[in-house]
Amino acid sequence: MEIAFYLSAVVTVLATLGVVTGRHPVHALLYLIVSLIAVAMVFFALGAPFAGALEIIVYAGAIMVLFVFVVMMLNLGEAAAQQESAWLRPRTWLGPAILSGVLLLVLLATLIGADVGGRIEGETLTAKAVGTLLFGPYLIVVELAAMLLLAALVAASHLGRSESHDEAHAVHQVPSKRTADGRGRAASERSLGDDTSSEETSR
Amino acid sequence: MSWWTPQVEAIAFALFQALVILIAAVGAGALLTMLERRLLGLWQDRYGPNRVGPFGVMQLLADMLKILFKEDWIPPFANRTFFVLAPAIAMASLLLSFMVIPITPSWGVADLHIGLLFFFAMAGINVYAVLFGGWSSGNKYALLGAMRASAQTLSYEVFIGLSLMGVVAMAGSFNMREIVAAQETVWFIVPQFFGFCTFLVAGIAVTHRHPFDQPEAEQELADGYHVEYSGMKWGMFFIGEYVGIVLVSTLIVTLFLGGWHGPWLPPIVWFLLKTAVFVGFFVLLRAALPRPRYDAVMSFGWKICLPLTLINLLVTGALILVFSPAGG
Repeated sequence: MEIAFYLSAVVTVLATLGVVTGRHPVHALLYLIVSLIAVAMVFFALGAPFAGALEIIVYAGAIMVLFVFVVMMLNLGEAAAQQESAWLRPRTWLGPAILSGVLLLVLLATLIGADVGGRIEGETLTAKAVGTLLFGPYLIVVELAAMLLLAALVAASHLGRSESHDEAHAVHQVPSKRTADGRGRAASERSLGDDTSSEETSR
Repeated sequence: MSWWTPQVEAIAFALFQALVILIAAVGAGALLTMLERRLLGLWQDRYGPNRVGPFGVMQLLADMLKILFKEDWIPPFANRTFFVLAPAIAMASLLLSFMVIPITPSWGVADLHIGLLFFFAMAGINVYAVLFGGWSSGNKYALLGAMRASAQTLSYEVFIGLSLMGVVAMAGSFNMREIVAAQETVWFIVPQFFGFCTFLVAGIAVTHRHPFDQPEAEQELADGYHVEYSGMKWGMFFIGEYVGIVLVSTLIVTLFLGGWHGPWLPPIVWFLLKTAVFVGFFVLLRAALPRPRYDAVMSFGWKICLPLTLINLLVTGALILVFSPAGG
């Protein structure tokens, strides 16, 4: 199991480096998917198959699909690749890299001091055990997470609603309802694209 | 023969089983390409391919020769890496899912604690085949097909998991063998009828089969995400679809129809018979139903199936609490 752990850990680190240094957005996303699957393998190696399976289902299978979806819609071309390579100049990343390097050294020093070698061969935790833990001692955390998700859902629904409310007025002016619907969809897609692109540039 | 220990024998037998199941899955997928056309012909009152060999059985061989020797062309405007990767994902993710399906008491590849979750994970990975295939083709019809496919699959994957949670709650395990063992007296199709209906719908949607074949709608999208594919790469998408049909049929049999359980006949016969019925049902659906509009497919998933699965899960949970409050 230790070999499996270290192998998948190395894959995770390499794939994540690929995400950061990749110039092509979709290639970077593919690296991110590989990285997430490797993290799932780390969970499997540590004896937590339930967490590993959920990692693949939720992150690699659902959330990343949305990322890929949006990036593919944006149709990023040569300009985006040039922007990426501009960000990869040493001037940009040297400062943060040195600082995080210091943190990595601190982490390594702590890990070498502590005795962690024995814990990799941990026993396998079944899904039932995870469930009993989640709905036993950690019930309040689960409830809070559920509230947070509900809040996000309500917020997303509200943001989507204000847009379609304007469109509802337009329906009265445009004779055919169908065109109004089509326009509404196009507008919402455009705003989705705009949101992500502004996020990208601000980063 | 000092190296031939019981351990080695067990490994060799497991490898042999895995190989047989793999070949059977691919073979069933390939055979279905011919069988489907014959069955469609039967149900639509026409002949279908019946020229090559007795009853047209050699049509499969002819098709295979044709696909294998066709020029395997990658368009110059395509993104090579992703273009090659997509059919491999399509085929591999579905074939890997056969790993968790118990066929008879002694046959099956892996006996995972999280068997059912493994299938969900592979179904999640399978989305990328269509997405990458459509995007890397550099063709707007392919891209539109890929977009539709991913939106459809995401919507239906939301409740494919929920629809099976009733089964998991009743069996008390994600392990497929334990689920089959829990159906010794009553098949789960009886207490989990709504779970069965929604899983059937979601299963068809995940394999992109008619009437959920929006991603490839020939009339509007020319062939959807695999319009630029040719030769064996297209063949892998094609066979992958049929492997998906076989996979979903075996899953339905395992989860809702008691797996290998049945009177008189040996377990393997029961398993194959039940699977064949569902494969036939998939083909019949294609023969009988027209293709619905895309937005109708999406709203059916979100407005009918999702609430239905949630209510089903709630009622199942409440009933389990009432009848066995200790939680098994």
